[in-house]
Amino acid sequence: MNERIVAKRPAGTGTTGARRGVPAARPDSEAPIPPTTEADQKAPHVRPGDRIFRGLATGSGIFIVVLIGAIGLFLLLQAIPSLALDQVNFLTSREWSTGDVTNLRFGILDLLLVTVVSSALALLIAMPIALGIALFLTQYAPRRLARPFAYVVDLLSAVPSIIFGLWGLFVLGPVLTPFAEWLMDALGWIPLFAKGNVSIELGGTIFTAGIVLAVMILPIITAVSREVFDRTPVTHIEGAIALGATKWEVVRTTVLPFGKAGYVSASMLGLGRALGETIALMIILSGTNEAFGWSLFDGGATFASKIALAAPEFNDPKSAGAYIAAGLVLFVLTFVVNAIARSIVAGHKEYE
Amino acid sequence: MTTETADLNRLATPPTFQSVSGARKFKNGVATALVYLAFGIAIIPLVWVLYTVIQRGLPVVLDGDWWQKSLSGLLSRQQGGGAYHAIYGTLVQALVCGLISVPIGLFVAVYLVEYGGRSKLARATTFMVDILTGVPSIVAALFVYTLWITTIGFSRSGFAVSLALVLLMVPVIVRTTEEMLKIVPDELREASYALGIPKWKTIVKIVIPTALSGILTGIMLALARVMGETAPVLVLAAYAPFINYNLFDGPMASLPLMMTTERNNPTQAGFERIWGAAITLVLIITLFNLLATVISRWLAPKTK
Repeated sequence: MNERIVAKRPAGTGTTGARRGVPAARPDSEAPIPPTTEADQKAPHVRPGDRIFRGLATGSGIFIVVLIGAIGLFLLLQAIPSLALDQVNFLTSREWSTGDVTNLRFGILDLLLVTVVSSALALLIAMPIALGIALFLTQYAPRRLARPFAYVVDLLSAVPSIIFGLWGLFVLGPVLTPFAEWLMDALGWIPLFAKGNVSIELGGTIFTAGIVLAVMILPIITAVSREVFDRTPVTHIEGAIALGATKWEVVRTTVLPFGKAGYVSASMLGLGRALGETIALMIILSGTNEAFGWSLFDGGATFASKIALAAPEFNDPKSAGAYIAAGLVLFVLTFVVNAIARSIVAGHKEYE
Repeated sequence: MTTETADLNRLATPPTFQSVSGARKFKNGVATALVYLAFGIAIIPLVWVLYTVIQRGLPVVLDGDWWQKSLSGLLSRQQGGGAYHAIYGTLVQALVCGLISVPIGLFVAVYLVEYGGRSKLARATTFMVDILTGVPSIVAALFVYTLWITTIGFSRSGFAVSLALVLLMVPVIVRTTEEMLKIVPDELREASYALGIPKWKTIVKIVIPTALSGILTGIMLALARVMGETAPVLVLAAYAPFINYNLFDGPMASLPLMMTTERNNPTQAGFERIWGAAITLVLIITLFNLLATVISRWLAPKTK
């Protein structure tokens, strides 16, 4: 098709093409141009430059697909020898001792519980706030200010997580202590608010970690929800207004039903972030060897923070393999969460 | 007269929503208040974090030595010295990462927009880019550890860190470049083909230059993001309090690594170094963000 278009150009512009090695059949006169020959249509002339460029582009695409596979594969290969030596059940044990290579004892149950509980707490706090911000930015804020306001929220994601970690431990934690103590006194009979296994004054609890995580995942949830809410058909909104709905009724009857799937998937993306967050949690969560006791005021370690803490001393491949096995579980976990989030969005492609 | 007007204004059927009742007004007010409140809540941590960093870090970095000296030869409790070595490491690791990621990211985006179409591979690539966006930095670091250090046998180095950062940077570049290439008008491509210009040259000379401001903005933002990543430096590089120009061997400092190392230093000097490094990192990231804004203003396609 392109060949045909090329062939119909007036002669003056043909020079560019001729230099590029386009078939010399291009006449220089204004005479009617014969249609492209059958041979040309069957096997279009592909320039070597095009072939190389196309190859590079396609190769890069394949590279990305292979890369994800390679991540899983290499982690698995390194984890298997250690898993074979593991003296306890990898999935159900709460032990973690990798010092003695002849007696490796490691299981991920504790890591999994701390990771999931802190991420769930973060999600619980961040979801309503992010919903509010997204509604504010798309429906409530003055049009001229919506962009700068959105930029301010995005700034939160520009702050490196290590700084959130330091702030959480040294600044936020101490401020939260009275509130945490009050929660323990008033609601201590619920296991979730019972006295934990670390000293609360130091601030290094799952409670603090969850709040910091919530701040960290706020920008991603907000950004994705905002995009979806922004696409609410104007006709729906106008229809609701014409029926005399108040602002809130407009939002409730048009924006929210339309953007629900997008908001849920945005939250899943946020959850994926929270599950994999490393340094902030490594700094905040006080190391403790006691098992997680279902209290928000426990210390502990998540997958990521446990690995990061031990990483500088990966000497023996066997003990490093234990951490790599934990990393593999984390990879699979975030893969599944992100895949679900993306498939929710993909299921609603017609909105775009 | 008045009664007639009233009659004319009366609706034929009662409105679907009755005149705004107290309860509805109240609900509307509550919702509005909550929505404004949510935005306010998000601002608090941002301001608070920045205030903390500035208040604790600014006095440290106002000392000229901070930018010109390393911590070479200083004891951990000795005050003074600077972050020169860590700034160097942070920038070099990010730049090398950028040199590797940018071509890969660009080619993937070009593939998705110009060649892939709706093919199976294109859909798989899009999906995998999305997944890669969500890969935790510690997993990226572990992957490079298993591949580069355990399997191939290289030592821990700044370059290994750069490789891990590539995994985190490529998806960001792909996403932003893809968005930018998509909004390049098809008319430009068609005009170029009509002149007999090969497809690859059309992409290189027409499509990418048109989208250049957006692409460069994306690269700047991605660089700013990877510079703050801490997990890869913990796993893949050892800390050195002096400057190491060799990217491929030996310990190499970076600002995040300096912070995690000094965290174990309970003295006043340690405190100063942590927050000095923190504000330095924030300043560098802000600088790159500003650069991104400037580039997008400057290079944006001029439209009349």
